[in-house]
Amino acid sequence: MLALLFILFGGLAIGCALAVVAQRNPLYSAISLIGVFISLACLYVMLAAPFIAAVQVIVYAGAIMVLVVFVIMLLNVEEEEHRRPRLRFLVPAAVVLAGVLIAEVAFILVTVQKSPALPGANTSDVGLTQSVGSALFTQYLLPFEITSILLLMAIVGAMTLARGGGLLPPRRGVNNAASDVASDGANGD
Amino acid sequence: MEPQLSWYLALSAVLFTIGMAGVIIKRNIIAMFMCIELMLNSVNLTFVAFASFFHDVTGQLFVFIVMTVAAAEAAVGLGIIIAIFRNRETLDVDEASILKL
Repeated sequence: MLALLFILFGGLAIGCALAVVAQRNPLYSAISLIGVFISLACLYVMLAAPFIAAVQVIVYAGAIMVLVVFVIMLLNVEEEEHRRPRLRFLVPAAVVLAGVLIAEVAFILVTVQKSPALPGANTSDVGLTQSVGSALFTQYLLPFEITSILLLMAIVGAMTLARGGGLLPPRRGVNNAASDVASDGANGD
Repeated sequence: MEPQLSWYLALSAVLFTIGMAGVIIKRNIIAMFMCIELMLNSVNLTFVAFASFFHDVTGQLFVFIVMTVAAAEAAVGLGIIIAIFRNRETLDVDEASILKL
């Protein structure tokens, strides 16, 4: 039963990941990426980590992807057209490198199979919110605080970068919709 | 039949490889950004699988911190993308080969 669920959600994740790479339109890629995130959240539930699964859906599929989709629509990205022949050799290079990486990992997995059997999953309270929270606020308090400082730096950096003027020189060239909307939002505050 | 640890590691490796190939293939900077998010997620799957099979909560805390870094990366990266688009009118990474904005 669990194996069937693993095959279902794992296949869904791989299919959506292939769609992310194969789609030309970035908006379709974003929708496929949300499918990957949801499939991974289901796998986290199977791995007895409901808290991480909920955070995955809320933070990744909710916050980050909304931000990405918002930027895609703000910039009014057209589909990729006229791929120039320059750097064309990178496509077979990427495929070959991906094959090499898969082969390496497969070799490691075949070797690791000889290790002693691990106790099965789903038999502990490791993934519960209580155990995650108690470990996060006692033993790993310093990384938690560093994380908050990192988020503060990210907020300041994003506002500095996305705002017209200031650190960056003022925009030049034609007035497009994107810069108008962005500078209006910055000036309105 | 129960899913083994190696199954999850293999799935994570496949997802990471697809993401890496996407970063190399794609030209659109937002698409490359999403492929990087895909690679981060495959590493998260490895962490959660190890945490579950070793009965240790540390791996899930790493996932928590990786998600925070990914959120910060999304905010700053999309700000940079907007700045590049405002100056160059394109999202093709080949057009943005000079650091000077």
